[in-house]
Amino acid sequence: MTDLQTFRTEARAWLEDNCPPEMREPMKGDKDACWGGRNFTFQSEAQKVWLERMVAQGWTVPTWPKEYGGAGLSRQEEIVLLQEMKRINARNPLSSFGIWMLGPALLKFGTEEQKLEHLPPIARGEIRWCQGYSEPGAGSDLASLKTKAEDKGDHYIVNGQKVWTSYADQADWIFCLVRTDNTGKKHHGISFVLFDMASEGVEARPIKLISGRSPFCETFLTDVKVLKKNLVGEEHKGWSIAKYLLTHEREMIGNQEGVTRPLHEIAAGSLGLTDGKLADPMLRAKVAEAEIDEWAFNLTMKRKLAEAKAGASLGADSSMLKYYGTELNKRKFELMMDATGHEGLEWESERSNDGKMARSWLRTKGNSIEGGTSEVQLNIISKHILQLPGA
Amino acid sequence: MALVLNEDEVMMRDMAQSFFAEKAPVKALRELRDTNDETGFDRALWANMAEMGFAGIVVPEEHGGVDMGYLAAGLVAEQMGRNLTASPFLSTAILAATALKYGSDEQKSEWLPKIASGETIIALALDEGVKHNPRGTATTAEPSGNGFKLNGSKAMVVDGHVADKMIVVARTSGEEGDAEGLSLFLVDPKSDGVSTERTIMVDSRNAARIDFDDVEVDGDALLGTLDGGMEVLDAVLTAGRGIAAAELLGAGAQAFEDTVAYIKERKQFGEIIGSFQALQHRSSHLYSEVEIARSAVIGALTALDEGDENAALYCAMAKAKLGSVAKLASQEGVQMHGGVGMTDEYDIGLFMKRIRVLQELMGDAHYHMNEFAEANQY
Repeated sequence: MTDLQTFRTEARAWLEDNCPPEMREPMKGDKDACWGGRNFTFQSEAQKVWLERMVAQGWTVPTWPKEYGGAGLSRQEEIVLLQEMKRINARNPLSSFGIWMLGPALLKFGTEEQKLEHLPPIARGEIRWCQGYSEPGAGSDLASLKTKAEDKGDHYIVNGQKVWTSYADQADWIFCLVRTDNTGKKHHGISFVLFDMASEGVEARPIKLISGRSPFCETFLTDVKVLKKNLVGEEHKGWSIAKYLLTHEREMIGNQEGVTRPLHEIAAGSLGLTDGKLADPMLRAKVAEAEIDEWAFNLTMKRKLAEAKAGASLGADSSMLKYYGTELNKRKFELMMDATGHEGLEWESERSNDGKMARSWLRTKGNSIEGGTSEVQLNIISKHILQLPGA
Repeated sequence: MALVLNEDEVMMRDMAQSFFAEKAPVKALRELRDTNDETGFDRALWANMAEMGFAGIVVPEEHGGVDMGYLAAGLVAEQMGRNLTASPFLSTAILAATALKYGSDEQKSEWLPKIASGETIIALALDEGVKHNPRGTATTAEPSGNGFKLNGSKAMVVDGHVADKMIVVARTSGEEGDAEGLSLFLVDPKSDGVSTERTIMVDSRNAARIDFDDVEVDGDALLGTLDGGMEVLDAVLTAGRGIAAAELLGAGAQAFEDTVAYIKERKQFGEIIGSFQALQHRSSHLYSEVEIARSAVIGALTALDEGDENAALYCAMAKAKLGSVAKLASQEGVQMHGGVGMTDEYDIGLFMKRIRVLQELMGDAHYHMNEFAEANQY
């Protein structure tokens, strides 16, 4: 047996013994996700136990080094682990911007001290992070951000406003882009800092969205004190960290598994079949087209990651994946709304699980806006891959 | 499944790339067209391709081939797509070679070496109506003497005008629309009762309309089992669709790259038109589609080589996706070229023509979307 096969056998046995049965049921809604952090209330004992066991294995962050709370697995071993989790429908034990976004940036740009301070609590689900990037005047044009950090010797004083900070009202810490210099070009003079959301002068207000939910906040920063040991990378040079992190975010958004049931099953369940064919022939064609695109897109995800593993960098292709994945996801949800018709329009009822379909459909509209709009991704492809002039 | 090319595959691709760019670039197709070449492709080129191992790329080594598999064949087809290379690769090296792998020992020993050496051209005579529809085969083969008697008409028989042999799909039982009851026959085009009309298609490539009027064949002309032809045909069409998808990938990618190169040069309003966001976003979208399409081709052909049980479905899905993407690339290509895109002088129009033909062969995107839905029971 190869090492990888041995690992698979062991992982399978461990998961079989340790994943509680409740954690093998599909999530019913957003509230079933475990985000951890100081303010988190576990929905069930099973959810808590599942997190603790995975933490003890280092499997909330399988590829991170052991000293930072990971298991030091190779990329191939991680893939095997995910396959084995999928095999028993195990839920993700911990959803975390710390894992998906900050962690990779700290591993690459952080000092040893910063890694030891921040990575293990992320891995254990003790500290929940949010992202302070966008501002009211800096959306697609992120580098024009104005939140100011004044140098006061051993610390900065930060003033400004952030927006679209995901779950800022529930987060413990924030990774934040601030302006430390405004004398040069806009990409210069941006710094990447970390601070506690409980600091004096931080106020997060949820924004109500078209889905009726409030996953995002506007965050006001008034004379917030940030110690210099919480500056990541060099002062004024935070843009390169910001971009690195955005690349990770794009891969994540592009790779979101929107629906677990195939589109055609949802459509057939809702509309029924006539002579073995989906009752609406026009919709049938669009469903088939979308499912073929989804297959090819998933293969592309795998191919690009495999190429990156073989030594090549994903680079601007992360923009292609983000663009295509999010546009495809929006298309799928439009088709699901078509298929579910009147029922899909229900907003407040037990039958509709409080309008899950309609709210999810509305949520997907943000996919192609957050993390850089589709238009920004197309600009990046034009500039960095096609090398078109003036892009 | 490995979706990244290994060293051998990269070598194959690079070899094919320089071979076709040098020996059979787009201008070679123009020359064949402008001289009204009676074969429609260059026989010397085909002999050369056979020496390179391309003609026997899926033929087993014991029958004189190099047996490199369908992914390797796809890498060759992709380069042919990039250069609009005319050759009997698809008809003979892919469709006929795949069919003959299901033949009797005598048939294999007789024909496979001749395919690999490039000396024999074999065409598949399948389609009859205006659209691809294997189950709709109406041509009949009735028992006669110690063999069969064929009657019917075939259309869009690729390379049928110069074929040394044909593989004819005919109904031996059942009715039009049945998957059962089809059989395959090896037929000599010079037999009594066969009449062939060469049809030059929009892409300056060749096919034929062929009529069969009481054409007598021996019993040993049967390829595969009587009434069980669909099994062989499925394998043949799966390979054909996967390889056509690969050629579409090459043609679509080249059309796209030519277009990007053009908009980097052309000036209007005092500016390079490639600096206009209206064109940049369409180009970036096309880049994304071509990358997604490339994965479909690699994924489908790898599945075929690995004997994946869903390989037939994947090759059909790839054919659907590539048909759509390559068409989009050529249509956007002509539009972004503007006026010169309408001229014969520029290559982009030739790509549009070839892609139009390829996306139709062995089922267009609509056909395969429908089949995909059927396969998934909706």
